[in-house]
Amino acid sequence: MPILRAERVTKRYPGTLALDGVDFNVYPGAVNVLIGENGAGKSTLMKILAGVERPTSGRLVLNGESVVLDSPRDALRRGIAIIYQELNLFPNLSVAENVFMARERTSRAGIVRHAEQEGVVRSLMARLEQDIHPGTLVEDLRIGQQQLVEIARALAQDVSVLIMDEPTSALSTAEAEVLLRLVGDLTAHGVAVIYISHKLDECLRIGDHFTVLRDGKLVAEAPAADVTLDWIVETMAGRSTASLFPRSEHEVGAPLLEVDDLSLPRAHGGGWLVDHVSFTLRAGEIVGIYGLMGAGRTELLECLFGMQPIASGKVRIAGRELRTEPIAERIRAGLAFVTEDRQKLGLVQSLSVAKNITLASLRSVRRGPVLSRPKEREKVAAMIQGLAIKVSRPEQDVSALSGGNQQKVVIARSLLTSPRVLMMDEPTRGIDIGAKSDVFRIMCDLAREGMAVLFVSSELKEVVAMADRALVMARGCITADLPRERITEAALAAAAVAPC
Amino acid sequence: MLILRLRAYVALIVLVVVFALLSPAFLTTGNLIILTKQVAINAILGIGMTFVILGGGIDLSVGSIVGLCGMVAGWLISEGLILPMFGVAVFLKVWIVMLLTALVGVGVGAVNGLIVTRCGVTPFIATLGTLYVARGAALLLSGGATFPNLVGHPSLRNTGFPALGAGGFVGLPYPIWVMIVLAAASAFVARMTPFGRQVYAIGGNEKAAALAGVRVPRVKLVTYLISGFCAAVVGLIITSQLVAAHPATGGTFELNAIAVVVLGGTSLTGGRGTIGGTIIGAFVIGVLFNGMVLLGVSEFWQTVIKGAVIVVAVIVDQLQQRMQQAALARSPS
Repeated sequence: MPILRAERVTKRYPGTLALDGVDFNVYPGAVNVLIGENGAGKSTLMKILAGVERPTSGRLVLNGESVVLDSPRDALRRGIAIIYQELNLFPNLSVAENVFMARERTSRAGIVRHAEQEGVVRSLMARLEQDIHPGTLVEDLRIGQQQLVEIARALAQDVSVLIMDEPTSALSTAEAEVLLRLVGDLTAHGVAVIYISHKLDECLRIGDHFTVLRDGKLVAEAPAADVTLDWIVETMAGRSTASLFPRSEHEVGAPLLEVDDLSLPRAHGGGWLVDHVSFTLRAGEIVGIYGLMGAGRTELLECLFGMQPIASGKVRIAGRELRTEPIAERIRAGLAFVTEDRQKLGLVQSLSVAKNITLASLRSVRRGPVLSRPKEREKVAAMIQGLAIKVSRPEQDVSALSGGNQQKVVIARSLLTSPRVLMMDEPTRGIDIGAKSDVFRIMCDLAREGMAVLFVSSELKEVVAMADRALVMARGCITADLPRERITEAALAAAAVAPC
Repeated sequence: MLILRLRAYVALIVLVVVFALLSPAFLTTGNLIILTKQVAINAILGIGMTFVILGGGIDLSVGSIVGLCGMVAGWLISEGLILPMFGVAVFLKVWIVMLLTALVGVGVGAVNGLIVTRCGVTPFIATLGTLYVARGAALLLSGGATFPNLVGHPSLRNTGFPALGAGGFVGLPYPIWVMIVLAAASAFVARMTPFGRQVYAIGGNEKAAALAGVRVPRVKLVTYLISGFCAAVVGLIITSQLVAAHPATGGTFELNAIAVVVLGGTSLTGGRGTIGGTIIGAFVIGVLFNGMVLLGVSEFWQTVIKGAVIVVAVIVDQLQQRMQQAALARSPS
């Protein structure tokens, strides 16, 4: 007997039919896994269940009664809480203030009881096995920790249905373990968990009921016993697992990026975020950087891209030394950087797909001092086709695209600058299998053309499958430099916790 | 987008029709030229302000720059450029006076831009500071007095300054030409140059723009230079029209400029808007003001109505956008 049912739910947005008559059952005391590629309609369905959006047609049935959810607050009152994929926190407020936002514990006079709130948060953090002080400002936390605060926020209330949209995408392996244990704990207490994740092994491990969406339609529903990885992948995308990591052979050539003794001191309290790192990247080489959250991987890329003015050490591209060049100069020297945080650092949401793609190479689409529409259209069309970006037209708002296509837009922008070294930070974070596979295919194509590709990943499987060479970072230093034949999940995991 | 842009035109046309019906004097060539001359002041300031706001900033100092630049022009014409080391005052040709005045406006813009980009002061505070400093400087130039009768003297070869305000070309006064040229050039720069595109990108997401290699400080600085230049042009026009420079000229002009930009559909948070919208916004305010004067509406009511129109326009703008999205959602894809 499902606790919550969506019946014939349809949701129409401008230009797209996000959900098309979907039935979805949520069982109590179980992990209800919802899978589908990006753009399949998962997030829309969750927003409807959480009262954020209302269906264009169809209805929701909660505990056997038809309900209309007016707002997230209304949904919450009925025991439905959601943890979003994109962080919805207030960076300027403390952890405790975030957890109790809009439901502050107050005295009769309406004064916030901070001590009580912080006490609750302290016990929540203990449950999440996190050493985070309730008074810390959220902006001072790493993304992984912020994600856990988001989770704590949902746990702070009595819920019967908890929706988790990509809860582990920003977490380290250890943090993800804690979360998965917590999910087991919740279901044991009768909570219905709706779990959305692109990490299929995770889904298989904890899922009890599986529902697969494709293009806004329900394509399959099955209990865990009948579900295998191949089944999921095939129902989702209509293809087999072998094609997920499309590796092709490529020649490794001369050194392109030489990094010598690169260091970045910690802003407070001494120590190093990047601890005297040296390595070389060759043309046509795909190098994966593995490590846990906070190992200094992102900071390393930021130093290379000139985003950390206090960094020291030598960086050479094709023999030319970079000193204090601004980002624009580094791009011209042949560096490109696809950041981890698409929303905040990647896209300009108010601009079209085309304008986002050409933003870093406006010089190349000029005629004289003036932008040339034909040139711009031509370059954008080539990128959209080359990277298989799904858009209705290039002038479309970039915000209307799915995560995978947004990521491709950011990659397209980098490629249009004709880089020699492409750095990608968690390039597959929060994107679907089809888009992931596309990103890997792009990486291979670029390497074959002689580009050096450096990618950071928290997914062991990705590094094992894609890297010609793997660097492992822990506490700011490189703890292992593994050639292709020695890259195994065990070797990576061991080096990630090794001492410097 | 098309419907939205048309909506502003429709509002303007409705206003024109209403006033034309209510007052026979409204749709006369003479009145329309007077009206457009008044519009030019807000429109020119609004053009500069549009760049600053599109880039995510705000420029509160434009009114004071108008006053300061008027005083600089008046001072150069009536007292000449005083060179203490030589103990002489050099009287300059009018076009040089105008050039120097424009440079003063650009200079104040540069101060704004540098405080914002180099010192990291928020635009509101930085330009609030220069609002006071520039106004004080305007008062200091003359000890608070007016520079009257700025006609120059043939023996000093600096005559001709009043022509900018009073003269014209093929039937249109110069201020209207200045507005047309500046609007056309700005719309072109905003739409068709890398600089324009980068301004939109910075207003939309400054961090992403920086990571895409946009030189954010430089681009922002230029928006303030443009705003300072536009304010200097307005200072020259007004001083020329009055044939006198008064240090209090241009008080609260910055608010008018912001109002026409917002009326024109530009988002105060940056990244969205057009120069064309700003021009329409300036005409809406201008027509409203002119029509109410013709109808004999009291000055006090004019102020009340102007404020209400600005807020209502923005509310309608947002309603329209929401309805448009809803309509799109209903139509099958």
